[in-house]
Formats: sequence, C-alpha cells, structure tokens
Amino acid sequence: MTHYPIEAQLHWIVLAPLLGFALIGLAGARLGRGAVSLLGPAAPGVAFVYALDALQALRGAPEATVLAEPLWSWLDLGALSVSVGLRVDALAATLALVVTGVGFLIHVYSVGYMGHEPDGSYARYFAFLNLFTFAMLVLVLADNLVVFFVGWEGVGLCSYLLIGFWYRDLANSDAGRKAFVVNRVGDLAFVLGMFVAWRAFGTLDFARLNQEAHDDGGLATLCTLLFFIGATGKSAQLPLHVWLPDAMAGPTPVSALIHAATMVTAGVYMIGRLGGLYAVAPATLAVVAWVGCLTALYAGWVALAQRDIKKVLAWSTISQLGTMFVAMGVGAYASGLFHLVTHAFFKATLFLGAGAVIHGLAGEQDLGRMGGLARRMPVTALCTLLGALALAGVPPLSGFFSKDAILFAVGVSSVPGRSALCLLAWSAAALTGLYVARMMTLAFLGAPRSAAAAHAHEPRGTMAFALLVLAALAAAGGALGLPEAVAHGADRLGAFLAPGWAGAGHGPAAGAGGHAGLLEAERALMLRSGLLGVSVLAVGVLACTAWGGALEALFEADPGLAALRRAALGRFYVDEVYGAAVVRPLVAGSRLLWRVVDVGLVDAVVNGLARLVGLAAVALRPLQGGLLRGYAALLAAATVLLVVWAARGWFR
Amino acid sequence: MMSDHLLSLVTFLPLAAALGVALVERRAEGAIRGLSLLASVATFVLSLGLWAGFDPAAGFQFLEDAEWIAPLGARYHVGVDGLSLVLVLLTTLLSPLALAASWRSVGRAVKEFHVALLVLETAMLGVFVARDLLLFYVFWEAMLIPMYLLIGVWGGPGRFYAALKFFVYTLAGSVCMLVGIVYLYVAKGSVGFDLGQLASGAALGPSEERWLYWAFALAFMVKVPLFPFHTWLPDAHVEAPTAGSVLLAGVLLKMGAYGFLRLALPLFPTAFWCFAPLVAALAIVGVIYGALMALAQEDLKRLIAYSSVSHLGFVMLGIASGDPLAASGGVYQMLNHGVSTGALFLLVGVLYERRHTRLLGDFGGLAAGMPRLATAFLLIALSSIGLPGLNGFAGEFLVLLGTFQVRPLWAATAGLGVVLGAVYMLRCYQRVFHGEVVHEENRGLADLDARELACLAPLGLLTVVMGLFPGRFLAVLDPTVRALVEGGGP
Amino acid sequence: MFSLRACLVVSAALLATGVYGVVARRNIIIVLLSVEVMLNGAALAFAAFGRQWLGAAGHAGQVVVLLTMAVAAAEAGVGLALLLAFERHRRCVDSDDARTLRG
Repeated sequence: MTHYPIEAQLHWIVLAPLLGFALIGLAGARLGRGAVSLLGPAAPGVAFVYALDALQALRGAPEATVLAEPLWSWLDLGALSVSVGLRVDALAATLALVVTGVGFLIHVYSVGYMGHEPDGSYARYFAFLNLFTFAMLVLVLADNLVVFFVGWEGVGLCSYLLIGFWYRDLANSDAGRKAFVVNRVGDLAFVLGMFVAWRAFGTLDFARLNQEAHDDGGLATLCTLLFFIGATGKSAQLPLHVWLPDAMAGPTPVSALIHAATMVTAGVYMIGRLGGLYAVAPATLAVVAWVGCLTALYAGWVALAQRDIKKVLAWSTISQLGTMFVAMGVGAYASGLFHLVTHAFFKATLFLGAGAVIHGLAGEQDLGRMGGLARRMPVTALCTLLGALALAGVPPLSGFFSKDAILFAVGVSSVPGRSALCLLAWSAAALTGLYVARMMTLAFLGAPRSAAAAHAHEPRGTMAFALLVLAALAAAGGALGLPEAVAHGADRLGAFLAPGWAGAGHGPAAGAGGHAGLLEAERALMLRSGLLGVSVLAVGVLACTAWGGALEALFEADPGLAALRRAALGRFYVDEVYGAAVVRPLVAGSRLLWRVVDVGLVDAVVNGLARLVGLAAVALRPLQGGLLRGYAALLAAATVLLVVWAARGWFR
Repeated sequence: MMSDHLLSLVTFLPLAAALGVALVERRAEGAIRGLSLLASVATFVLSLGLWAGFDPAAGFQFLEDAEWIAPLGARYHVGVDGLSLVLVLLTTLLSPLALAASWRSVGRAVKEFHVALLVLETAMLGVFVARDLLLFYVFWEAMLIPMYLLIGVWGGPGRFYAALKFFVYTLAGSVCMLVGIVYLYVAKGSVGFDLGQLASGAALGPSEERWLYWAFALAFMVKVPLFPFHTWLPDAHVEAPTAGSVLLAGVLLKMGAYGFLRLALPLFPTAFWCFAPLVAALAIVGVIYGALMALAQEDLKRLIAYSSVSHLGFVMLGIASGDPLAASGGVYQMLNHGVSTGALFLLVGVLYERRHTRLLGDFGGLAAGMPRLATAFLLIALSSIGLPGLNGFAGEFLVLLGTFQVRPLWAATAGLGVVLGAVYMLRCYQRVFHGEVVHEENRGLADLDARELACLAPLGLLTVVMGLFPGRFLAVLDPTVRALVEGGGP
Repeated sequence: MFSLRACLVVSAALLATGVYGVVARRNIIIVLLSVEVMLNGAALAFAAFGRQWLGAAGHAGQVVVLLTMAVAAAEAGVGLALLLAFERHRRCVDSDDARTLRG
C-alpha cells in the first residue's frame, strides 16, 4: 500500500476553516475589520490549496485510490467501534474542491456584500461562514456515517445560524428555525437508517458498507430509504422541501453558498458516497428517481410564479436538485455529480448576480420593481445571463452538458416507468427555460419599474471579482465532463469518478464505452435538448415581452388559469397543509396536554391526595381540641373498655 | 495512608467544611463563601485523584470497610466502580459551580445556605459510594433535608408548596424503599446490609422479589422522575434558587437511574427484567410527553424542568432496553444531562439575576446586547438537543442505537423526542434572544462577567470534549454497566 | 371481719367519684381534688389486695399506698403551682379556658 505525503495533511482541509471560525469567533470585532476580511476568505482558501494537493495525488495514483487519515477513536465499546477519520477519494476530492473553491469566491464576495454591517456582526458573519465550510468539509471527508452525520447536522446548524443572521427580524429567525426543525425530521430518519445499517451490516464505515452491501430481507432497501428521507430534508425534496424557499431570508451570499452550491447538494453526495449500498437496493433508486423528478417538475411550476428574485432561484434550486436525484436514481451517479458541480457554478453565479442586483437596488428583491437593469449594471447582467443560459441548458454552457447527460441516462435506464419519467424530466427541463427567461426579462430588460431600479449601481471590487470568476466557471464548467459523443475521453470527470463505483452497477451514462449506437443516440439527444433549451428560452422571453399583454389577459379571463397561478404562487399550499396538520395541532395539543393531563390530571391526583390527608386531619381535629375534660373522659372510657376486654371471660 | 482513605476524604470533606462554616462568625460572609468554595474545589481536586487512580477493568476500588452498627451487621463500606466514579466526579464538579453561581444571588442566611449546600454534597457523594444498603439509605434520606431547605428557605414565592411537594413525593417513595430494605434484611438472613452479599445471598421467592422490586422501584421512579411521577420536578425547579436547581437537575435526578442500576437490577434481576418493558414504556412516554410539555411552557425553568423529564426518559430507556450499549449510553446521557442542564440552569440564573423574571415573554432581542450570554446559551442548548459533535448526541445515539437492536419501534418512537427537542429549545432561544428588544428593561443589561464565565467555561468545554471524545469517558463506565446489564453482579 | 369485697366496693366508689369529678367539673382545683380521690381509691385497692393475697408480705401493699401518697403530694404541689401560674395569667381556674397552646 502506497503512502502519499498528503495523507498526513488532510486534516488541514477541515482544520483551516475551523481555525478561522475559532479566531474570528473568539476575538470577534476586536480583530478589526481588515483582519476579518483577510482571515475569513483565507480559511477556505487554505483548505482549497490542500484539497488541490489531494486531487493531484489522486490523479497521479491508480484508479479508485483512497487517501485516508485516521484521527482518533470516537468510541470503542466492544461491538461498536467508531473512529474519527478523514478519507479522500475522487468523489470527496471533487466535492471538497467545489466547497472550498466556490466557498472561497463567496467569502470574497461577502467582503463587499456585507460591508455595511457593523463590526461585531461582520465578524459573526465570517465566523459562521467559516464554521459552515468546516462542517461541510467534515461531511465531505467523513469516512463513516457518524462523522458524516456530525457534518450533516453541523451544516444544518450553520444554515440555521445564517438564515437567522439578521435575528432582529423574527421572520428571519422563524425561517431559520423552520429549516432546522424540518431538517431534524429528515435527520431522525437518517439516524434510524444508521441503526438499520449497523444491524444489517455491523459497520458504519462507508468503505465496508459499499463493499459488503447486500439486500437480505430488504434491510438495505429500508436503510437506503431512510437515508433518502434524510436527504429529502437536507436537499429540499418533496415532501420536506418547505424550508428552502424560506431560507432565502438569509444574506444572499449565504443563499449562494449554502442553499444552492453546497449544503443542499449533501443529499446527492450522500447517495454517491453510499453508491455501492444504493446499487443493491433498486427499489430505493426508483423512489429516488421518481421523487426527484416530481420535485423538479413541481418546483419548476412554483418558480414560474414567484415574484421575489431569490425565491425564483430557490425554487429553481429545488428543481435542479430534483434533477440530480433523477440521475442518482437511474444509477448515473457520475452524471448526477457532474450536474452537482455545474449547478454549483451557475447557481452560485445566479445568486451572486441576484445579490449584486439586490445590493445595487438597496435591498429590493421584487422582480416587479426591477426592469431595465441591463443598462444600469451591464457586468452583472452579463454574468447573470451566463449563469441563466447555463441553467436553461443552452449549449455550449456548462448546464447543457450535465443536464443532457442526465436526460440521456434516464432514456437508456431500466427504471420502472421509464417513459413517463423521461417525459416528466423533459418537461421539467423545459420549465427551467421558461422561468429563467421570465426572471431575466423582468429583471434586466424593459424599462425600470421603480426609482431604485432607475438608480441601480454596479458592484465593485471583491463582489465583481467573485461574480466574474464564477460566471466564467458557469460558462466553461461543462468542459469537465463533455460527453463521449463529442470526443473520446472527453468525459474527464466521469472517468475520474467512475472507478469509485466500480461494480456498483452505475448506469451507462457514466463512462460509457464507445458503443456506436449509444453514441449516435446521444448525439441526436444533444441536438434535441439543445434546440429545446434555446427555443423554450426564446418562447419565454417573448411571453414576457411581446406577448406579455395577451398572456396577462388570458390569465385574467380564465378562472382556472388564474387559480393555477395563485396556487403556484402559494407553493400549492403545502406549507398551509403542514401548518394545519402538524404545526398547529402540535402547539395547541401540547398546551392542551399540559393543562388537561399534567395540571388537570396528574397534578390534580397528587394535590387531591394531599387534600384527602388534610381532610382526614380536619375530621380528627376535635379529638385534640385541648379540652381537658374531653381528654379525661376519653381516657376513662378507654380504661373501662380495656378492663371490660380484659375481663371478658368473666361475663360469659 | 491518604490514598487508603481518599474516598472517605472526598466524601466527608464537604461535611467537615460545613462544620467549619458553622463556626464562622455569621457576619463574615466573605469568609463563609470563600471557605465553602475552597472546600468544594478541594473536593473536586481530590476526586480527580480517584479518576487518575482508577482502573476500569478492576471492579470496585478505593474500598473502605469498617464496623458501623455491629448489632445490625451494618458496616461503613464504601467504594467506587465505573458507574459510581463518573457520578462522583459530576457531583464534585457541579457543587463548586453551584456555590460560585450563588456568590451574589444569595443574600440572606448566607451561612445556613452554605452549610446546607455542603451537607448536600456529602450526602450526594455518600449515595454514590455506599456499598452498604443501610449506609446508602442514610445518605439517600440525608440528601432530602438540605435540598428541602434550599428550596423552602432560599426559593421563590411558591417555595413552601414546592418544597413540601418535593419532600412528600420523595419521602413517600423512600418509605417504600425502607420497608423493602427491612424486609430484604430479614429475608436474606444474616448477611447484614452488604450490597454484594445481598445480591448473591439466598434466592427470593418470585412474588416476594416482585413486591420488593416495586418497593425500591417506586422510590427510584419518583426520583428519576418517570412519567407520571414527575410533577414535583417543575415546581421544585421553578422555586429553587440557582444552586438548588443546578444540583437538583445535575445530580439528584441521577439518583433514580443510579438506584435502578445499583440496587434494583442486581438485587432483583428477574423482577427487573420482567418489568423492564413497562419501565421502558413509561420512559418513552416521558420522552415525548416531557418534550410536549416543554413546548407549552412560558417559564424558562419550567421549560428546562420538562426537558429534563424528556432527557431522563432517554436514560431510563437505555437502562431498561436490556442492551448493554444502550445502558452505557443511558449512563453517559446522565452525565451529559448533568453538564448541559446544570449549565442551562446557571444561564437562567444569570438572566434572573438581571431581570428578576423567567417568563419568555419578558425577554426578546437579548442577543444584540449580550452576545456572550447568547453564544453560551446556544452552545448549551445545542448540546442539550443532541447536536452531533457535542455531548448530548453521543448519549442519545448510543441509547437509540442499542435500543434499536432489540426493539426498533421503541427507538423510532423515542427518536421523535429528538425532533421535538429541537422545536422547544429553538423556540425558547428565539423568544429570549431573537427579535427586537420590546421591553425597555432589557436594554443595557450587562453581558456575562468574568465570574459567570468562569462558572460556565468548564461546562461549556465539557460539552465539546465529551462530544468529541466520548470514548474516554465510556471506557471508564462501560465495563461496569455492561457487567450489570449482562448480569455479572454488582 | 376483713372483707375484700367491701374494700373493693369502697375503692371502686372512690375511683368512680374521682373520674366523675375529673370529667364533669371545670374548676381545676376540684379536678385536682378528684384526682386525689381517684388515687386514694387505687391505694385502698392495693392495701386490700396486699392483705388478702400476700399473707406475711402483706405490708407490701401498704408500702405502695405510702408511695402513692408521696406521689400524690408531689403531684398536688406541681399541679397547684401550674394552677397558680395559670390563674395569675388568666384570672380564672376554668379548665375549658386552657385549650390553646399559646401563652
């Protein structure tokens, strides 16, 4: 077994952001704004350099090499032994680079975006952001489920902290709480999944779980399903998606980093991480694909109706995550991960662009009060446009290739209900083009619809820098994984990742051989999906500009359509259903239970017993009234009785 | 010489200090506080010696055995195993913190307060180290009096009701136990009160064993407290002074579970396992019910008290599930609960000192003015709801993992408590710290000062250390607990 | 000449008279007097039983009588002292007035 020097350094990848958090968190505003602005981005920057080192080592190493650094034993109790260790393989290295790379850029962007904050709050922001980077890297580099879960809930905590960052507004705090609690529901399932895994396989290590996976008695299916429920929480899939749109209450760079590029993709990563285990549970994979697809479609519809620019992006994120789950569900792990990477690029670009718009418009988020921004902020408009085109799947931007790979994988998969799934997946892809077109048109084209929009200003300095770099990545990121149909060996990401799942039954889309028929089919599909992307986008832009009036009239005229629009705007009332079915009964029920059972029953019984004793005492009190003659009479009577009893034989 | 009697020294040093304090001039409050704190810190340092000299593989250690009441065969027999040791350390750690936290908040009858607290410490330690049933019972009852006084004299407006309720509840339980002890003593013949010999002596009849088990179990169920014997706890906590709450939650609530493991299980193993499903069911009800109750509360202390009911439910579930992993997790959860709930009560004490209220509605928006307090509160709250990486998670994880192996549905149901935990704790945190400041009184409150930070820092540090390195602590207690659960005798 | 029965009848009569006095009268002086009467009743029974059953050791019964007299005297002393204190405090000697534990 070869040793790589980087193996002893892996801990720096997670330690750097942790140190950043500790320094900024403990010293706080005393560090000074300049030091925080340097330290904050430096933490993920250092981690990025170490992650690059790891990547270099992996590229030079044989396929499926795993770099590992055992740290300490968490606990060791006979049967159950859990150690804390880091593990970097191709999959983890890819994710770690995305997390630290995109993370670094977003930290840099934040220096400008959060510049108006007071010193204390500025330091707190970077401390939390570093803590998040730390937790996310723990999740990515974990070598077993327990450590993974530490990162998994850790990112949830940071999400809670950052959504509620402006805690003076209780709405933000509520949104943070909602995110944490909804995630906890998923996490309960995840923990139960761990218990099933331990019972079934006697281990919680990723490597052993993937190798020794088998589905005796459906336990693998059960535990993968439970893990997936956890993933629906973290990655905002049906039915636990409700927290993500609310999470937009946090600062926009947070939305970009946590709620678009990294944390919410943890569920997808988890399935990739446990690829071997999922491969033996085809039923779960089918569920994953279908849930992902329905979520993609549903969220696409809702995105189409939103008025808040960040909400559009949030619903789009849910939709894109659904697309990734479709890929995982049909076994095209590499395609799913590819989409994860490109999505991190273009969605971060879009969010940072939206952030620049919000920043430029002094906090305005309503699309209805924007318009004509392309002239006022051309750089932002261009960057956002690149992100938008990538999201809509317009060739040759990054999103086109990754989405195309997924659509192709669905087409050639053997998932139950493939044709329907295919149709729905294509519809979801078409919807993407529509809402992207609507958002871009409303924000950047036409005339300004508010004073703020008329006086918008371009971002400068760090914000512009980060935006430009990410836009370039969004545009060119597709080069990582060009399909085999374009050139042999072009799918570098797929080739890098695929050996990790060797024998895990992944779909043909990942590193497929040069089967001529498949290649031909893929070329045809690329043409169709490219055309679809462009044409839907064009239709969308037209619908929002030239045909806007006619469409509006149509919606007004037809009550059915109007109701549909209202329903989409209201997220199809899922939140209301949860509120009525879970939240309010829980709160009211707990009050009722307290008043009726605790105070009214248990305590009443206790106090009643006490009162009974008191009453008995009251009844006996006259016997001890202090009346001397009474005592004497009692004494005499008792003596007489005693004597009579003693002499009872006499009287017989 | 000293190491021969180290355990007695640790146990009785606070009592000796209490006598010393009693001799100090009443007006010399500084001397009283200083002497008490010094003694309890010294106790803690000495107890670290126990930790250092302890060998996890070797059963009972630091044994001392001397004649006590010869005609009855009761002996002064003390010793610690892994289970006792960790609880002794918890006690010696929390006591000085409770004393330090009362530095300013207790203003009247200062001398009596410190005497009561020190006597309480010796009594608590005595319960954990006793190897003789009569000695155990003496310490067990001795705990009651100082705690009764702490609530009844230095408590809040409803202190008489609360103190009486606490006293009567606990006494009702322990009287049952006393009857059980007497019966057991007679039934077992001439073995005296030695716990080891009582467990291994002549076998009891099945119905005899069941009755005796219930006599003991009732006392412990009240102490835990298991649903539906829990209603004394919220009242006691609400009225108790900070130090009382810290020790009540931190140590006294461990007595019930300790009693189950130390007495009920080895003395009546058949009955224990026969009724374990019932105990587990009550524990699960407690987990959910306590969490729901906590959700409905408006008083911070009452909320934390109910959260204790929920957490102690996890402890009892672990012990009653029959799985050694779960039992070790349960005991670990006892420590975690002591650390994090103790810290929570310290924090509530800090708030109360400043605002003289504990109602959630009277706070709001404190995070801006008191960032250190907000951070400390968040850390402890997260540890309390079992955030992975902090101590609460390790305990709950083991309890649920172990339970799941034998009874999956029990574990899944109790797991709901984890979700509800996040609901009530974050609600509480939000009500106190988030939002705008709506009450003028909350403006300009002083943040944690150095003394308060010094009180909280050890506990805050422990939540992290015990979360990252649970193996270090579990290695000490696991062999004992495993042997108990697997039937290796006490 | 000596009749145990006659002695016991007188003894019982004395005791009953005393009991009646203690129970029925409120004047504490009378109550104390009645107690003395009861004691004398009991003492008479002792002396009579000693004479009847103990034979040569019959004086043992009379010893008890003497002892009873001594106790009665001591009791009367303490009782009257208490009575005086009570009378001084309350200005009356009614036992029904002495029913609270407060001074």
